[in-house]
Amino acid sequence: MNTLYDRLSPVVRNLAPSGIRRFFDLASQMQDVISLGVGEPDFVTPWHVREACMYSLEQGYTTYTPNRGLPELCVEIAKYLTKFGLAYDPSHEILVTVGGSEAIDLALRAMVCPGDEVLIPVPTYVSYKPCALLAGADVVELPTYAEDGFRLTADALERAITPRSKVLVLCFPNNPTGAVMDKEDLQAIADVVRRHDLFVVSDEIYAELTYGGQHVSIAAIPGMRERTVVVSGMSKAYAMTGWRIGYAAGPEPIISAMLKIHQYTIMCAPHMAQRAALEALRNGDDERDRMVESYDRRRKLIVAGLNEIGLPCHEPRGAFYAFPDIRPTGLSSEQFAERLLLEQGVAVVPGNVFGDPGEGFVRCSYATSVELIEEALRRMRAFVQNLAYHPVR
Amino acid sequence: MNDALRLKICDLLHENAKLSPETIARMLGETPDVIESAIRELEQEKIILRYSAVVNWDKLPVNQVTAVIDVKVLPQREVGFDAIARKIYRFDEVKSVALMSGGYDLQVTVVGRDIREVSRFVSEKLATLENVTSTATHFLLKTYKSDGVIYDDTDGERRLMITP
Ligand SMILES: Cc1ncc(COP(=O)(O)O)c(C=O)c1O
Repeated sequence: MNTLYDRLSPVVRNLAPSGIRRFFDLASQMQDVISLGVGEPDFVTPWHVREACMYSLEQGYTTYTPNRGLPELCVEIAKYLTKFGLAYDPSHEILVTVGGSEAIDLALRAMVCPGDEVLIPVPTYVSYKPCALLAGADVVELPTYAEDGFRLTADALERAITPRSKVLVLCFPNNPTGAVMDKEDLQAIADVVRRHDLFVVSDEIYAELTYGGQHVSIAAIPGMRERTVVVSGMSKAYAMTGWRIGYAAGPEPIISAMLKIHQYTIMCAPHMAQRAALEALRNGDDERDRMVESYDRRRKLIVAGLNEIGLPCHEPRGAFYAFPDIRPTGLSSEQFAERLLLEQGVAVVPGNVFGDPGEGFVRCSYATSVELIEEALRRMRAFVQNLAYHPVR
Repeated sequence: MNDALRLKICDLLHENAKLSPETIARMLGETPDVIESAIRELEQEKIILRYSAVVNWDKLPVNQVTAVIDVKVLPQREVGFDAIARKIYRFDEVKSVALMSGGYDLQVTVVGRDIREVSRFVSEKLATLENVTSTATHFLLKTYKSDGVIYDDTDGERRLMITP
């Protein structure tokens, strides 16, 4: 007999639980764990931003804002995006959301009809697939490979396209691989996208965290603006994860559709957090750039360290993750992560939680102190050496 | 040696003097040899003067008072303020001396065992120096932040251990 709860939405019931949960529970019970599993900056939000928020509260900015977000914040966002060669009308083409997370959800819900196919290069951030499924789409995963620097190739995209293909989700710089797509890479993708008349949701939340080169947005490539929603936010670049401010930028018809969902489900992003975001965008560039430089140094440190240990690590050119190949150990990603945690007290995230092609890799966040990174590397070295004496199989 | 690299090395060591040349080399994408010789150069050129810890003395059982003293002096021909500054900074009790713009000329920091000792230093040694025309002594009550370090920083780890 069916109980009441068996009648909960099958789409929701069939969503896979997050693969991270188990490791979180394990790690939380242990002492002296060094976590390379954290997906957020290790900086506290710069003081001037926190202070601006307190001032806004003193001023009594505790009301709703317009659905779209504070007009002056939309203006700052539009101004900011010009640095990537993007021009958006702040009054019609920008939407302030509750984190980039909400923008991803809205964009997919605005674009997808049941049965449409959403193309998602993997390994990638974990929210696209559930959001697409919740919107009624069928998800088509496009594997990317270490040999290609985990970039999506036009070939792979072309081969996956069917008459039902509707949306391509891009996440570059990529979580978890740190992969970046250059202009030429994106141009090749853009050709395919235009030919098959697809939409693109481009999650560029790590755009500022691009090392040794400028971030390129696919929306800046000719013919792409009209079909692309750029998703970004304050979380990573300005160390503002807890404030929950993100945004979407795109052509008016898509943003208006997203705004409709947003106004009925969210109303508006939190007012005081929007005030803080305004301060960050107006006066936060220097501090942001200092944080980026600090990540870059730690990036080089961890990549060199992992390679020396014998865990080959391609150069992550963006975000704050290294994605070493752990196949030389003979362990699966889950085995590696679990044993490393239990035996050496270092938490990493198994690559397969970001999609099947992540198997054989683990994600190591380097948004942690130099001392802890070095200690984690020492422990990982001991772990790998110990495996070499007691080989698996 | 290239200035940008020297600046980066100083930046890192100023933040954390315990960083090894190997670590610095990795962080800056250089070889340890390059970093070691750059550091040697910086030391020889007296750009890096000393490696020391920032200590919160208030947490230790030491009797120690610090005074910040505004000193007005008559600058001297040819040597300006330098000669008198030199005379002042030679005293062991004096921890820092700086030439200031504004209402006074030299800012002098003095550390002693107690207020009496510092007062005696000021009245007997400092105020009596030739060309010193006045002193104003301010005793330091509590240090909140010094050289970029917040003393009572409660900014611990607040992040969840594992997040996507
Ligand atoms: C690629 C990517 N997109 C979006 C998000 C969510 O960010 P927000 O805090 O803006 O919702 C994350 C957070 O980890 C992420 O890694």
